[in-house]
Amino acid sequence: MNSATTRRPADDHAEAAAETRIVVANQWQLIWWKFRKHRLAMFAGLVTLLLYAVALFAEFIAPYAAGTYSATHTFLPPQNIQLFQQTDAGWRFYPHVYGHKVQVDPESFKRTYVVDEEITYPVGLFVRGEEYELWGLFTLDLHLIGAAQYGDPVHLIGTDRLGRDVLSRAIYGTRVSMSVGLVGVGLSLVLGIILGGISGYYGGLIDNLIQRVIEILRSLPTIPLWMGLSAAIPLTWPPVRVYFAITVLLSLIGWTALAREVRGRFLSLKTEDFVIAARLDGVRELQIILRHMVPSMTSHIIASVTLAIPGMILAETALSFLGIGLRPPVVSWGVLLQEAQNVRSIATAPWLLFPGLAVVVSVLAMNFLGDGLRDAADPYQT
Amino acid sequence: MIWYIARRIIYLIPTLLIISVIAFAVIQLPPGDFLASLISKAEETVDQAQVDALRERYGLDEPIYVQYWKWISGIITRGDFGDSFEWNRPVSDLIWERLGLTMVISLFTLAFVWIVAIPIGIYSAVKKYTIGDYLVTIIGFIGLAIPNFLLALVLMYIAFRYFGQSVGGLFSPEYIEADWSLERALDLLSHLWLPVIILGTAGTAALIRVMRANLLDELSKLYVDAARARGLSELKLLFKYPVRVALNPLVSAMAWVFPALVSGSAITSIVLNLQTTGPLLYRSLQAQDMYLAGSLILLVSVLTIIGTLISDILLAWIDPRIQLQ
Repeated sequence: MNSATTRRPADDHAEAAAETRIVVANQWQLIWWKFRKHRLAMFAGLVTLLLYAVALFAEFIAPYAAGTYSATHTFLPPQNIQLFQQTDAGWRFYPHVYGHKVQVDPESFKRTYVVDEEITYPVGLFVRGEEYELWGLFTLDLHLIGAAQYGDPVHLIGTDRLGRDVLSRAIYGTRVSMSVGLVGVGLSLVLGIILGGISGYYGGLIDNLIQRVIEILRSLPTIPLWMGLSAAIPLTWPPVRVYFAITVLLSLIGWTALAREVRGRFLSLKTEDFVIAARLDGVRELQIILRHMVPSMTSHIIASVTLAIPGMILAETALSFLGIGLRPPVVSWGVLLQEAQNVRSIATAPWLLFPGLAVVVSVLAMNFLGDGLRDAADPYQT
Repeated sequence: MIWYIARRIIYLIPTLLIISVIAFAVIQLPPGDFLASLISKAEETVDQAQVDALRERYGLDEPIYVQYWKWISGIITRGDFGDSFEWNRPVSDLIWERLGLTMVISLFTLAFVWIVAIPIGIYSAVKKYTIGDYLVTIIGFIGLAIPNFLLALVLMYIAFRYFGQSVGGLFSPEYIEADWSLERALDLLSHLWLPVIILGTAGTAALIRVMRANLLDELSKLYVDAARARGLSELKLLFKYPVRVALNPLVSAMAWVFPALVSGSAITSIVLNLQTTGPLLYRSLQAQDMYLAGSLILLVSVLTIIGTLISDILLAWIDPRIQLQ
C-alpha cells in the first residue's frame, strides 16, 4: 500500500506506455530488442558487418593490389607504425615506418633485413597510390591507408616470397572467403528448405527416406569426401567456375543441418491453430507453407544460416590450403595460407600466418552472432 | 538389447551400400580411363596382353554398374581392393597399417576429449557466471574457431622457434620402417600427444558446451533441491545423479564427434606428416590413383559409421529408454 501511494502518476504512465509498446511491437522489433541486450552478439555483429564492408571495398582499403610484387622486398618482416618522431625541437606527430637494410651473410648468402632507423617512410590515411577500378565502375587511386608518398615500400604485415603485401592480399582474400560462405549457405538453404520442408510437412515414408539420407550424409567424414570430389574438378577450368564448383560441393553436404532445423520447425508448426484454420479455410498447400508457416520460422532460419557460414569458411580454407580447393590467381585466405604450408616457411616468415588470424576472427564473430540470433529468434519465449 | 543391435546392424546395410556407391563414383569422376594414365606413366612399352588382362579384370569396357559390381564383389569376397597405379602394389598392402594408425589417433583423441571436457564442463556449470566459467567459454569458442591445420602450424612453429626441435611424424626416424615391437609402440606414444591435442581441441570445446548445458538443465531440477534440503554434501549431490544424467547426451555427441575427428585428422596428418590415411589419400587424389583413393574413402567412411554404431549401442545400454523408440 505504502509503495503504491508514493509512486508518482508519471511513473505509471511511462510503464503503461512501455507495456503498450511491447504489446503492439511486431515480431521483428521484439527480436531486435532482445538481440540488442546481448552485448557480445552485438559486437560480433559489428565485426561481421565490418568484414563484409572490407570485402566490398577491398580495392580501397588495401594499400596495394593483390598481385603487386616487388623483387627487391621479398619476405620483408612487418613494419610497426611509429606515430611520433623525435626531432631537435622535441617530439612531433609524424606517422611513419622504418626502412630496412639488407645484410647478406658472407657464408650462406642468406639475406636478412635489419631495421634502419635512419630511413623513415611516412604513412597516411586516404593516400594516393596505385590506380584501381572499384566494382568495374569508377577508376580511383585513393587508398584508405598506405605510404604517403607513392612508391615507398610500406608493408605493415610484411611481404611474401614474391614481395607481395600480405595485408593487401588478406584484405582481397576477405572477398572470396566471406562470399564462399554466403553462396554456399544460400545453396544449402535452398536444398535444406525444400527437402526439410517436404520431410516435415508430409511426414510418413518420404520423411523417413529423407531422414535416412541425412543420417548417412552426416556420418560421412566430410573432408576426405570433399578432397575426393574437389580432386575431380578439372585443372583447366577457369577460376570462377572452380569457385562455384567448390561452393556446390560444400553445400551438397552442408544442407543437412539446415534441413533438420526446417523439418523440426515444420513439425511443430503443423499443429498450430493458425495453420489448421488456414487449412480448414481451404487455402492451397503451397500458400499455407509460404504465407503462413515460412514467415514464422524465418528468424530461426536466419540464426541457423549464420551458424552454418563459419563451417563453410573453415572448409574452403582447409581445401584451398591443401591445394585442392581454390587455386591462385584467386586470392582467398586458404590460398594465402598455402604459402605457410610447412614449418620451414613459417620459421622464415611467421607473418604469413596472418590470413589464419582473419579466419579465426571471422569464424568467432559469426559464431557469436549466430548464438545471439538464436537466443533472440523466439522473442515470445521468456 | 540384442534386437536393438540387430536392427541397427540391418539399418547399416543400405548405408554401407550407398557409401560404396559414393566412393566408386569418386573413382569414376576424373575424365579419362585410368589405364590410359597407367600406360602413359610406364617407362617401357606395356605389354598389350597385360593391358587386356587388366581391362578384363576391372571390366573397363563394360557398363558402369558391372564395373561397380566387380569392384565391390572383389572387396567383399576376396578382400581385393584393386591395385594402386602409383605404387604398383595391391591397395590392401598399403592401407591397413595406416588405417590402424588412424584408428589409434582417433581413439586416443576421443579419450583425451572426454577426460578434458567432462571435468571442465562440470566446473563450468557449477561455477556458472564466474570468471572461471567465462574463461572456459572464451577458450572454448576460440578452440572451435581455429582450424586444426592452423593450430598444427602454430604449435609446430612454437616448438621450432622456442624449443628448437622439429615436431611431426608419428615415429622417430629409426622406427619408421621397423616391425612392430614394444619400443616402436612406446615411440609412437611419445609422438602421439601433439596430434591428439591438435585434433582434440575443437571436439573438447564443443563437448564442454554440451556438458555445461546438460548439467545446468539438471541442476535446476527439483530433486537436486530436495537432496540439498536433506543435507547431502555438495560433491555427493553433484555426482550421484545430475552428472550421470548429463553424461547421456555426451555419449550421443560421440556419434558426431567421431566423424569430425577422422575428417579433421586427414588435414592435420598432412601438415604434421603423420603416417595415417589422410596423406595417402591426398597423394593418391593428386596422382589420380583412383582405386587407392576410392578404397581409402570407402574404408574411412566405414570406420566412422562403425564408430557411430558403437556410440549408438553404448547410448542404448546406458539409457534403455532409447531401445523402445
